[in-house]
Amino acid sequence: MSLWIRGGLVIDPANDLELVADLHVVNGRIAAVVAAGSVRPDDSDLVIQAEGLWVVPGLIDMHVHLREPGYEYKETVATGTAAAVAGGFTAVACMANTLPVNDSAAVTEFILERARMAGLARVYPVGAVSKGLQGKELAEMGEMHRAGIVAVSDDGQPIEDASLMRRALEYASTFGLPVIAHEEDRALSQGGVMNEGEWSFRLGLRGIPKAAEEAMVARDLAILERTGGHLHIAHISTAGSVELVRAAKRRGLPVTAEATPHHFSLTEAAVAGYNTHAKMNPPLRTEEDVRALREGLLDGTIDCIATDHAPHHTDEKLCEFDRAANGIIGLETALPLTLAMAREIGWSRKQMIAALSTNPARILRVPGGSLTVGAPADITLIDPELTWLVEAESLHSRSRNTPFLGRELRGRAVMTLVGGEIKWRLGEPGEGERT
Amino acid sequence: MNFSRRHLLGLEGFNREEILFLLDTAASFKEISEREIKKVPTLRGKTVVAAFFEPSTRTRISFEIAAKRMSADFVSLSGSTSSATKGETLLDTARNLAAMQPDILVLRHPSAGAPHLLAQCLECSVVNAGDGCHEHPTQALLDLLTIREQKGRIEGLVVAIVGDILHSRVARSNLYALRTLGAEVRLVGPRTLLPPECAALAFTTTDLREGVAGADVVMLLRLQRERQVGNFIPSVDEYARYYCLTEAHLRLAKPDVIVMHPGPLNRGIEISSEVADGPYSVILDQVANGVAVRMAVLYLLGTGARRADAETERPQLAAIGRARRRASR
Repeated sequence: MSLWIRGGLVIDPANDLELVADLHVVNGRIAAVVAAGSVRPDDSDLVIQAEGLWVVPGLIDMHVHLREPGYEYKETVATGTAAAVAGGFTAVACMANTLPVNDSAAVTEFILERARMAGLARVYPVGAVSKGLQGKELAEMGEMHRAGIVAVSDDGQPIEDASLMRRALEYASTFGLPVIAHEEDRALSQGGVMNEGEWSFRLGLRGIPKAAEEAMVARDLAILERTGGHLHIAHISTAGSVELVRAAKRRGLPVTAEATPHHFSLTEAAVAGYNTHAKMNPPLRTEEDVRALREGLLDGTIDCIATDHAPHHTDEKLCEFDRAANGIIGLETALPLTLAMAREIGWSRKQMIAALSTNPARILRVPGGSLTVGAPADITLIDPELTWLVEAESLHSRSRNTPFLGRELRGRAVMTLVGGEIKWRLGEPGEGERT
Repeated sequence: MNFSRRHLLGLEGFNREEILFLLDTAASFKEISEREIKKVPTLRGKTVVAAFFEPSTRTRISFEIAAKRMSADFVSLSGSTSSATKGETLLDTARNLAAMQPDILVLRHPSAGAPHLLAQCLECSVVNAGDGCHEHPTQALLDLLTIREQKGRIEGLVVAIVGDILHSRVARSNLYALRTLGAEVRLVGPRTLLPPECAALAFTTTDLREGVAGADVVMLLRLQRERQVGNFIPSVDEYARYYCLTEAHLRLAKPDVIVMHPGPLNRGIEISSEVADGPYSVILDQVANGVAVRMAVLYLLGTGARRADAETERPQLAAIGRARRRASR
């Protein structure tokens, strides 16, 4: 099985490559990257013409909620990975807050089996830090590691017990597993439903102060000084947190961080009118924070972009704001939102693809993230100029909870290959228009 | 002036003309309540449903009397007796009420934004009778009407709003409307109940004396003791020690200062009895004006042209609604 992707702009940050080239895939692996037109494909080869497109290592989203097992009415591994490949993602890491919680090898194996059955994106389960996400006893990380987890996290819940966080960092390092931390001091955020500030006052909603995140980031960095291991800060949302991580990296601490497209694209003002699609935890913050996240991405303080794809049923969003579920879907809008941000901050294409692919692969120590010869042929073809309308009907996720419905976005994955197989191909009329 | 609003959800965003038109309309209706036969046929054949998911005496009775004086049919349900106690969602309850074709739904609800949710999902007009800590527009309108009657104007007056600003929907509605009409607003309360964001909207102080000095109007807020969990104040007694309005404070204000309170009173906590029952108090005028204001609101919404703009206000949710309707066909 041999295929060529011809004439595209190949962008491969891992090999510091950005040039128009032909990419050869044989038996599901990258076989060669050669000068455009220099090799004539065999007649039996499948040839994909990629002129005007970017050819990049498959995007990797290290923070999604696939909701299976337990919440199949929101999303399943199959629908979530369908959304992933449609958004250009060839691999996702799924969080442990399912029902039952992914705190055992059995649940990990179940998720991996579902992923095999779906046969779309690669799925890397994240195991729970604590049994049942209760924040009390460590879950059996070693057993889950043998079953295939790539990190541990109680995401959705902060680890309130500082001593548990300490032990988690120490113990997880035995298996080289990063601890992904949802940083929130519940004593400060208690009852809050949006960022605390001008808008929470105007809307009469309980606020979540930035200090709720920053206090916890500071605590965990202090713990990390002693423990070593690998702390990964999930969905970083405030300027103060970015500064803490920047300083910690300067001291050489083993910390990485991710930012979501919604946190670097929207502010708390999106809540106006009680828009439950702008409700998430951590909440959307202020202009100042958006600027700081962008600076953090630009200078590498923030390593990668992750969506925190959080599907919820319409009924869980079409209700009073303070009762609405937290979170939005993100897999199918992450790429154009990142492109828009990259244009605004003057990010190079290589930096951008590194944050969407190379860096998450490095953080999770999973294959992919590069177009190195011999690597699995996980490849995304991007049309950076395609404009398209985000419509409920055209989303692949089982849920529709996104504030970007009805918005016209620019840039889209037009083909996604996993292991050399085409898993998504933009083709239906109305799915986009070149400008 | 053509009053084109379909709902009354809050006063933030209302312009000067709209507020004055509401006040003028209310003022013209006051006379009806002074007649021997206190009833006009203006809203005959219109149905007003009041859904109160929080305890209320004054506001609910005031709406009921207002509706009946305008000859509207008035039905009310309260949270404790409604099917909300059986687990029905607010939206389902409201859709069921809406299916009975009311013209106006008056909603009081503990969640900020609940009336906004219903306004985008229902065909009828929605009146916010208090949503969580957000707004209470008819209360602010009756306060404004009372101030204007007493002072002849609102522009240029110094109005001190005192108490739990953080949790007060009365404070927010008054703050927006008073600013729009050109009054100088001061917000007074302990720091825990006076968030820093307030400073962008009004003069703020923690000192009651400074707050009332030279004021034309002192507007007290009820200390909502149920909202004080979370160490906002050490004790009600200490709150009273610093924020209970007494005659001594009023000597610092303008000689013709008026004192207002939305009720119910906590005597000896935010207001001393000598002030509540004294010559400065206009508390009962406020109550009387409440009926006139609500008559005006029901009249303007009940007789206004129906506009099919429900879906233009929240396109995203409307899009979901359309998709679901399609899916269910």
